[in-house]
Amino acid sequence: MADFFFHTLAGQLILMVLETLAVLVPLLIGVAYLTLMERKVMAAMQLRRGPNVNGIFGLLQAFADAIKMITKETIIPAGANRFLFLFAPFLTFSLAMTAWAVIPTGNGLAVANINVGILYLLAISSLGVYGMLIAGWASNSKYAFLGSLRSAAQMVSYEVSIGLVIVSVLLAVGSLNLNDIVLAQRHVWFCVPMFPMFILFFISALAETNRAPFDLPEGESELVAGFFVEYSSLSFGLFFLGEYANMILMSGMVSILFLGGWLPPLGIAPLTWIPGPLWLIAKILFCLFVFIWTRATFPRFRYDQLMRLGWKVFLPFSLLWMIATAGFLLATGLLPQGVS
Amino acid sequence: MVQLVFYVFATILVGSAAMVISARNPVHSVLFLILAFFNAAGLFLVAGAEFLAMILVIVYVGAVAVLFLFVVMMLDIDFTKMREGLQRYAPIGGVVGCILFVELVMAGLHWGMSPVMPAPITGGLGQPGGAATNTGALGNLIYTHYILLFQLCGLVLLVAMIGAITLTLRDRPMGRRQIISRQHERKRADTLEMMNLPLGQGTDANGGFIRPNDSYYVTAVPGSYGVPAAEKREPGEGDAE
Repeated sequence: MADFFFHTLAGQLILMVLETLAVLVPLLIGVAYLTLMERKVMAAMQLRRGPNVNGIFGLLQAFADAIKMITKETIIPAGANRFLFLFAPFLTFSLAMTAWAVIPTGNGLAVANINVGILYLLAISSLGVYGMLIAGWASNSKYAFLGSLRSAAQMVSYEVSIGLVIVSVLLAVGSLNLNDIVLAQRHVWFCVPMFPMFILFFISALAETNRAPFDLPEGESELVAGFFVEYSSLSFGLFFLGEYANMILMSGMVSILFLGGWLPPLGIAPLTWIPGPLWLIAKILFCLFVFIWTRATFPRFRYDQLMRLGWKVFLPFSLLWMIATAGFLLATGLLPQGVS
Repeated sequence: MVQLVFYVFATILVGSAAMVISARNPVHSVLFLILAFFNAAGLFLVAGAEFLAMILVIVYVGAVAVLFLFVVMMLDIDFTKMREGLQRYAPIGGVVGCILFVELVMAGLHWGMSPVMPAPITGGLGQPGGAATNTGALGNLIYTHYILLFQLCGLVLLVAMIGAITLTLRDRPMGRRQIISRQHERKRADTLEMMNLPLGQGTDANGGFIRPNDSYYVTAVPGSYGVPAAEKREPGEGDAE
């Protein structure tokens, strides 16, 4: 049996499909319940009840929403570029799924444990901007176009600081492999020595996923709904799923880079009994809670404030921190060598 | 298997490159260009150059092509005018194309590895933690052996960047500018006044609101914004209250 799975082409293909499903099915269920979690948590913060009619605690609400979304009519605006209009949500959705291939849920437990895992994540997340740009342009609407222009500028700006934060983490790890990044945090999680970078990465992740307080691309007070103003039905649903999957992905990246991935907080007996994937899920849930908490707390940034924060505060600070990290590691002789 | 993957990537790459120059809509051209970049990254992966593949996607697809797309989407292109130009410039374009093609063929015929070049370092996608990864090898080459050239390249880019900023930066006299530190220094006493009024009676004062003494916005040209409240108020405006 094992021979079939590991040594024949058909077996490997079947194994690959099974591995992929093992990641995607929990992810999609997670996305469905993330919407519920968001509504419930925000309701609790605003002293409301939130969805509580469908199922106990509103547990069936997510499915009710999904069925409603699928059964609605797909509307393609006049003058829209049909192919690109329908292609954009698929692109956003599939990119959000593709990125999960490299996320390790345990020691070596990833669909693809590749050498340049972190670069792969960066590459996929930098592609995410095309879904929005194409959607905004193809729907032939000024609100959508303005929203997509904003999102493109925003994502490109914050990717710069995300890149520099990642570089300072990589300096301390000495490898681009996500597995090695987590293993390097055996003794201390990177959120302790690099606390400012942790905060900075989290804020950049908010901007990268277009979440409040940086949800300018879909700022409903000015742009109705931003780049997906013309979308309805399943194509809107795909955007929605992609956006929430991106949120979970960014939380996963925060967990892996700064919160020790699947590692327990301390390597002592009762904590090590809990399996690694559960630790990772717990950390992702924590980050998602903070995402929602932020949304319930802060008002939206103005566009120039957003750009100022990205370019004039985050970029110089992360650059300085990167140089300081390199200098510190070199001076103390802690620079990892020969790992990569 | 690897050959099949190579031919798939190569075919799409050449096809989309052809579409870049033949697509009628410039936005489609840029999107095909992105597809071409993406397939080139795939070819790098097939060749085992995983670092280059990822950097190609991050830099060219994730940043450069976004700016292309930005510019092309904003352009107002007149297609009839473009077709007029086509006939005028076709001969020159043909000549340039021919020269480039001949040069390519000549370069291809005389292609050879330098004898002093070390053996290529390979490390495939499937071997995490191999002996010498792409990243390590490239880093060693760039930052150890060719550090001066690398720094000079960076300097050239810096000059280009400064040039672009100098060309586009201008101080608009009417533009408002926010000084965040000054806003943070602002205290409640500067702007709010607590009033104890008897029930049912109003006040002639400013309703508890004090206009800040100096404006929190400044402009390049002094005085164009943030004039003191007393001067700015139109006659009659305050009397109505």
